[in-house]
Amino acid sequence: MSEQQSYEPGKHPDLPPPPNMVGAIGWIRENLLGSTTNIVITIVTIYLLYTILPPMINWLFINAVFEGASRDECRAVMAEAGAQGACWAFIGQRFQLFVYGFYPEPERWRVNLSFILMLAALIPILFDNVPYRKWGLRFSMIAPIVICWLLIGGLGLVSVPTDKFGGFMLTLTIGVTGIVGSLPIGIVLALGRQSHLPAVRLVCVAFIEFIRGVPLITLLFVASTMLNYFLPPGTSFDLLLRVLIMVTLFASAYIAEVVRGGLQALPKGQTEAADAMGLKYWQSMRLIILPQALKISIPGIVNTFIGLYKDTTLVIIIGLLDPLGVGRASLADTKWQGLSTEVYVFVALFFFVSCISMARYSLYLENKLHTGHKR
Amino acid sequence: MEATTQQSLGDRQPLWYRVLYDKETRSIGIQVLTISLLFAFFFYIIHNAMVNLEAIGKGYSFDFLWEPSNYDISQHLIDYSSRSPHWRAAIVGILNTLLVAVTGIIIATVVGFVLGVLRLSHNWLINRVVYVYIEYVRNVPVLLHILLVHGIIVNTLPIPKNAMMAFEGTLFLTNRGFYTPKPLFEPGMWAVLIAFIVGIGFTIWFKKYAKKVQDATGKIYPVFMIGLGATVGLPIIVFLLSGLPLHWDYPELQGFNFKGGLVLRPEFVALTLALSLYTAAFIAEIVRAGIQAISHGQTEAAHALGIKPNRTMQLVIIPQALRVIIPPLSSQYLNLTKNSSLAIAIGYMDIVATIGGISLNQTGREMECMTIVLLLYLFFSLCISGFMNWYNKRMKLVER
Repeated sequence: MSEQQSYEPGKHPDLPPPPNMVGAIGWIRENLLGSTTNIVITIVTIYLLYTILPPMINWLFINAVFEGASRDECRAVMAEAGAQGACWAFIGQRFQLFVYGFYPEPERWRVNLSFILMLAALIPILFDNVPYRKWGLRFSMIAPIVICWLLIGGLGLVSVPTDKFGGFMLTLTIGVTGIVGSLPIGIVLALGRQSHLPAVRLVCVAFIEFIRGVPLITLLFVASTMLNYFLPPGTSFDLLLRVLIMVTLFASAYIAEVVRGGLQALPKGQTEAADAMGLKYWQSMRLIILPQALKISIPGIVNTFIGLYKDTTLVIIIGLLDPLGVGRASLADTKWQGLSTEVYVFVALFFFVSCISMARYSLYLENKLHTGHKR
Repeated sequence: MEATTQQSLGDRQPLWYRVLYDKETRSIGIQVLTISLLFAFFFYIIHNAMVNLEAIGKGYSFDFLWEPSNYDISQHLIDYSSRSPHWRAAIVGILNTLLVAVTGIIIATVVGFVLGVLRLSHNWLINRVVYVYIEYVRNVPVLLHILLVHGIIVNTLPIPKNAMMAFEGTLFLTNRGFYTPKPLFEPGMWAVLIAFIVGIGFTIWFKKYAKKVQDATGKIYPVFMIGLGATVGLPIIVFLLSGLPLHWDYPELQGFNFKGGLVLRPEFVALTLALSLYTAAFIAEIVRAGIQAISHGQTEAAHALGIKPNRTMQLVIIPQALRVIIPPLSSQYLNLTKNSSLAIAIGYMDIVATIGGISLNQTGREMECMTIVLLLYLFFSLCISGFMNWYNKRMKLVER
């Protein structure tokens, strides 16, 4: 009989867990092979990945051609290797076009400078722990005017007509203007919809429901074909400006609905308490109601912004040249015909990166503003 | 002097001050101002439009709708030729939009629910794969998806001569479209249809009856299996008994393209597929959020009562999750319908492409065409949201 160490009750040291319950093996057992269904799912998924991923990676990277002056050169390289792949050389050759559109070449520094200014203006708005934030915010107020001047020109700069705008720069112009413009209009519309004044409420509801009921593309058509009829005879209106107005109005109706959700989620006691404190309507809105309502609606607002940003691609249908439009236009060049997939993948990557950063920022903000008890 | 009350202080203000700062006056004033500004605005733009239209000699009339359209539409669900009037082109467009919307909504719902449930799976691998897929789809514009799918169909599928064959020659995949046999119905099919309707009616009645029995005695009938038997089995039996009143029209290669059969055009396939996969990613997130919103205590309570896991899902979790899911789901359906207007980018002939596109360009009647298109979309949206509101009300938590 082996000698047994005896312990007092409750004093026995903890034994290590069984080896197949921890570490890599334990993790696999738990997460991949937990039950029969689980095993089946794992096998099917691995099979799917095996059939989809390798060809995709081959096409995207391994067999892809990164340098060349025409599609035929790409083809020659691929024929030598005996494999099908993407012809990224095209993107490389037309990269400037994708970024700036047809913005005149000697003036492109203005676009670059505007981009840097935009980032600089965004930082103090987005993050509250940057030094000199107060001054930064003041700068952010002026920056849009400066950027507008830089892009359009005049007052000492060569003026650039807006039909030269294109590529990612156009996407950013429309997206950022829409985002900046739609938030205040949307908040006002949401307050109008909650108003006690029936006439104001009616107007806001009609506007919001009309805009939300029709697709953006029809509104853009209205902007491009019909708007001139509604203006005094002889006035002509810049197409980009019309698009900007339409996109802003469109997004503001959606923002209004999101903010209304936030307003409705607040207990009525908040408004009553503000009234009891003797605050006037705008005071109570500014100090009590909106800060809370907007906080609740952040995810919805950012989602609307992402939607708006993605919707900027629709402008190609009325003839503006965003990255997709530029890409399709350059595909008309006989040297590069038939590379549409490359263009789409490249533009998709751009949108994916921008949209996912917005989504991540929204998560960060939600966590930061979460003052309640989180489970 | 201290006796001066609040009221007399107020009285000391001049009359105009009291009127201006009175709550009633203000609210009436603001409303009158809003309405009059609105009227002034509408008067202004309508006046401008009238002046402008007169200047170029155009009126505002819908007479052009009865003129021949002079263009062809490749996919038409009703009889249509280039000699048909514009209003018929508009109806073809409406039907095409509805076809995409309905097919898209069905596929998106099914795929979305599956993805949403897989996203909650304990299996780490499928969970991650679905997550990556959803993030990719949601963060890329829908127009790009449509163009990409269309590009893949048109560029990588073979020409009809070397068509890709699937299912023993019943499905041909080509870059001109997908060809499948077309069912040709004979009169006996009516009996099958009637059997199907009877089956549905019986299922609805049986469901109510089973619920009554369950409420009274606790006995549970296999409602789903019996319903399935009534709605699917009964029509099949009638179909067999009435001597197979159906034969197929197979597509055949003639010259450069297939003849006969049922053809799904590449534009339709690309649009439906792209829209439904895009919307499915959003629906998946909605479903996941809805199921996660139900507190775990509900599952535990159901288990404590001895309800089996499957029935817990069916009786406890899903009915509650649906309440959270339905409002955002309805707005996704609306989005899908509205996004179908992107058809114009790949040349699928929906409302925007027919009446708002070619008809508009041919007749030069921008105002009238756009009015029709906008009103139609508003009508669709109101219908979908009306239906969803009705459904939502039915599902709503009945509170005391």
